[in-house]
Order: sequence, then C-alpha cells, then structure tokens
Amino acid sequence: MYTQSFNVPDQAGQKTVAVTPSTENPELMARFDARIDADGRIEPQDWMPEAYRRTLVRQISQHAHSEIVGMLPEGNWISRAPSLKRKAILIAKVQDEGGHGLYLYSAAETLGTSRDQMLEGLHSGKAKYSSIFNYPTLNWADVGAIGWLVDGAAIMNQIPLCRCSYGPYSRAMVRVCKEESFHQRQGYEALLVMMKGTEAQREMVQDAVNRLWWKCLAMFGPPDADSPNSAQGMRWGIKRISNDDLRQKFVDATVPQAKVLGITLPDPDLKWNEERQHYDYGQIDWQEFWDTVEGNGPCNKERLATRVKAHNDGQWVRDAAQAYARKQQERAMKEAA
Amino acid sequence: MSATIDYLLHLADNAVVLGQRDAEWCGHGPILEEDLALANVSLDLIGQARLLYQRAAELKGDGTTEDQLAYFRDSQAFRNYTLLELPHHGALVGYAVADRDYATTIVRNFLYSALMVHVWDALQTSADSELAGIAAKSLKEATYHLHHSRDWLLRMGDGTDESHARAQAAVNHLLPYTEEFWTVSPAETAAVEAGVGVDVRTLRAAWDALVNDALAEATLTRPQVRGYVPQGKVGLHSEHLGFLLAEMQSLARAHPDGCW
Repeated sequence: MYTQSFNVPDQAGQKTVAVTPSTENPELMARFDARIDADGRIEPQDWMPEAYRRTLVRQISQHAHSEIVGMLPEGNWISRAPSLKRKAILIAKVQDEGGHGLYLYSAAETLGTSRDQMLEGLHSGKAKYSSIFNYPTLNWADVGAIGWLVDGAAIMNQIPLCRCSYGPYSRAMVRVCKEESFHQRQGYEALLVMMKGTEAQREMVQDAVNRLWWKCLAMFGPPDADSPNSAQGMRWGIKRISNDDLRQKFVDATVPQAKVLGITLPDPDLKWNEERQHYDYGQIDWQEFWDTVEGNGPCNKERLATRVKAHNDGQWVRDAAQAYARKQQERAMKEAA
Repeated sequence: MSATIDYLLHLADNAVVLGQRDAEWCGHGPILEEDLALANVSLDLIGQARLLYQRAAELKGDGTTEDQLAYFRDSQAFRNYTLLELPHHGALVGYAVADRDYATTIVRNFLYSALMVHVWDALQTSADSELAGIAAKSLKEATYHLHHSRDWLLRMGDGTDESHARAQAAVNHLLPYTEEFWTVSPAETAAVEAGVGVDVRTLRAAWDALVNDALAEATLTRPQVRGYVPQGKVGLHSEHLGFLLAEMQSLARAHPDGCW
C-alpha cells in the first residue's frame, strides 16, 4: 500500500521539522546538487548530505512500517473471506504488502540503518506509519474499498516516487507500484461484484466507503500551506508533486469510478468546478488526522501492540535460526581443519 | 463416481483446513520472511483445495460449486485428518486461549508434507486424469513445504535450548495424530479399488524414513505413540474443527444469496 505524505515527523507532537542550513563540505555538496539538478540518481556509495540521508531513512522506514502495519486491517478478514477465491486473493494481497515492507526495509538499510533499528523505532512508538491503518475494518467490503481507495491514494503518492532521486528507493517503488495498481483494480472489481449482489451487500460497500473516504483524502498529508518540509523534499527530488495536487488528482480520478460503482461519496460539497476543471471537495478534519497520527485513533494501540507481540513472540524462533547457523558454521570449520 | 468424490473431498478438506490454519500467521510471523513463506504455503493449500473441490463438484454434476463444498458443509461432513485442524499450540480444549507456537506450526507442516509428497507422487497415475494433473502440480508445492518445514525443524531442534524444548514438545503433541494416516477409511478403500486413490499404508515406510532422518538430524527424539487414534477422515473430529469452520464459514452463511 500505503504511504501518506511523508511530512509527518516521527516525534509525537512536533508538526514540522526545521531545515537546518547545511554545514557540509561545499565541494561535495555542489557535486550532489549538480546531480540532483540533472535529475540523476544518488546511489548508496555516493556522498550525500546528512539531512538528505536522515529524511530518506525516515520516509522509507515510515513507508515500510505502513506496509507491515497495513497487513493487519486486511488480515482481519482472511479467516472469514466469503469464498475460496477471495480468500486466496486476500492472502496474496496481504503477502504482497509484507513483500513491499521487505524491499523498503532493504532500501533503507542501504542508508546505514538496520532493520532492527527501524523496528525498534516502530515498536517504541517513535516512528510513524500511515494513519489510515488505525481505523477498524468493520465489514467485508472494507477489503475491496481499501484496495480501491487506500491503494488508489497510495498509488497517486507513489508513482512520482519511481522517479525519486535515491536509486534503491526509486527502483523498489517501480515494483511496488505495479503491485499496487493490481490491488486497486482487484479491490474495485470485488466491489463491482458486491454491488451486483444483494441489498445487504450494497449497504456494506456504501458503509465501507463512508468510513474510508475522508481518511483517504487525509492520507495525502497536510495542505501545502502547512507543509514546510515539502519544499526541501522537492528540492532533493524526494517529493515530486505537492500534497494538494496529488489529493486533487485522486479526487478527480475517483469520482467517475464511484459513479460507475453506484455509490455516493460522503461529501455534500463534492462538485465539478467548471472554471478550475477539477472537483471541489469539502473540509478535511485535520484535528482527527493529527490525533490519529499521534496515537489517539481507534486502533493505534491494538495495531502497535500486535506488531510488538509478533516480534517478541518470534524472538525464540530468530534466536534458534542464529544458533543453528552458528553451529553449522562451526561444524564446517572443524571439517575444514 | 461417489468413491472418487468422497476421496477428492478428503484431499480437499485436508488442504483447506491446513490452509486456513497456516493463514492465521499472516501479519503475525516471527520474522517478515517467514510471514511471507507461511502465506505462500497457505496459498498453495487453498489453491489445491479449490482444484479438488472443483473436480468433486464437476463429478457431482448437480450444479454444486467449490464454495458450497467448503462453506456449506458442517464439521461432521469434513473428511480431513484431525492433525490439520488443531490450533497452533499444545493440547488444550477448543475454547481455551493460548498463544500461537511456531514450533507446532512447523512440526505439523513437516509431518503432513512428508506424507503428501508421497501421496501426490502416487496420485500422478490416478485413473482420474484430473486428479492426476492436480497431483503433479501439488507435488511440486508439497516438496517446497517439506523443504521449508524440514529446514525449520532442524533450526529449532538443533538451535537453542528453548527452541529444542518447544520442537520436542510439538513432536510429542502432534505425532500421535499421524496414526490416523495409516488407518484406511471406506472412501480410501473404494478409491483404491477404483484405481483413483493410493493405499496410504504402502507409503508408511517412506514416511517413517523421512521423519526419522529429520528428527535425528534435528537432535529430536521420536516418542513412542499409543492411545486414541483420531478419526477425522471419517468425520469424527476434535473440538477444534467446529470453531475453525464457524469462523471460516460465518460470512458466506450469513449471506447465502450473496455473490462475491
């Protein structure tokens, strides 16, 4: 899935990160800037300013954490999927998200931060992940609606990241985006089928969309006017399109799809603006967004505690693998001696 | 025809029940790589179940679908091995609460895949050509499942003191359930007579060799087994299958006219 705009600071309560003037070696800095200006790629072995490295680690690890935590709301329905085909699709989809987490942790590791360090950040509550996963999945249609809307919003955010200036991240995003596009179409198709079913099924779809719509709009991050980090991200080629532009693009793409589906998007202010050639939409509740980012959403505690528990319960398994590998190595050395 | 259908249901129920169990780890694995691996195993098993149910439905010829077979039969009608419906922890009643134990998961997958590599291999020459085709595909998958679970059995058995103790406890808990493999149900007898199925008793020596070899390499002990022999494959299950199916079938049954 699943990024939200990565202007979200990891430290709770802090809504902006000041961009400090660079004290880096001017010659190296000039070379780095020239590469960025030429739309070239920065690779792990290249020199890069510390702030660039820090921003990327934060952004990529938040993205990876979002993938991993994002397995939980959809995983909620695996055991109850209403047909074997949908069960297989859902397991494969949730597995894809885990795979995205894996590529992204690997991409972040090329910046000198270990997966253990990143997980420690997640488990201690310091690192953030997409706020959308802190809401419950209350009926089966949530699975389709997450694919259609949440993955749809994520794709809007992520396609520009395929051109991100950091090589390993941009390459990981190429594959992630292909899979997300597939998920989005799969989710939409699942909803189309449900809409052709019973009245109860159509109600499920509408209910899921009602609950998810505004959360998806918030996924693009705060309005541009409140996103002081964006300019630096744009300068570095880490961010390519502004939050508000991406949000608008998402709304414009989604409204016709909702019509085909036959559901109503829950926004009385949603209407075509002839002059702007875009849809206007209503006010997003940013207070709720920040509350949820800062840990006070309906499922924050459960999601995080579940990740921590899986990690802690798995400690003995990881220890066993390491102990066994050590023994095998010792045996091989003895045999060689 | 009915012998083939009953036999297909036995194979399909095995696959769907274990697929359902293994999917419980999705999002909760001990390490991300294992989360993905277990999801793969589960996907393979659900894929096998679908093909087998589809073939059974086709032979029934009355418009039955794979999902009616998976979602609208009660536990008494299920023909899976009892081993496969057990929760991922030691011996406790169905409504007891306990943490999932990865050793139980791995040992179960090992014991079952060590059987299925032989079953699928034999079924490649089944008189039912559809089943033979499913067997050829499933053999590749079971070979991977065996590889995966055997590797972890070694890591656990020959890893730390704790992992060794957990793996041994799981072997002690689960091995008695494998006695059911070697009893022959009426469905199996009829399928063998029709040239469709395999007589599992002929596979025992090969299974024993695989299991003994892996347990020895994992520094684990094979316990003496005696006592009750489970009869899941004739529909007499543990208390656990009812809970598994109640969860799995709930949404489909709440909306029997729904289309998904």
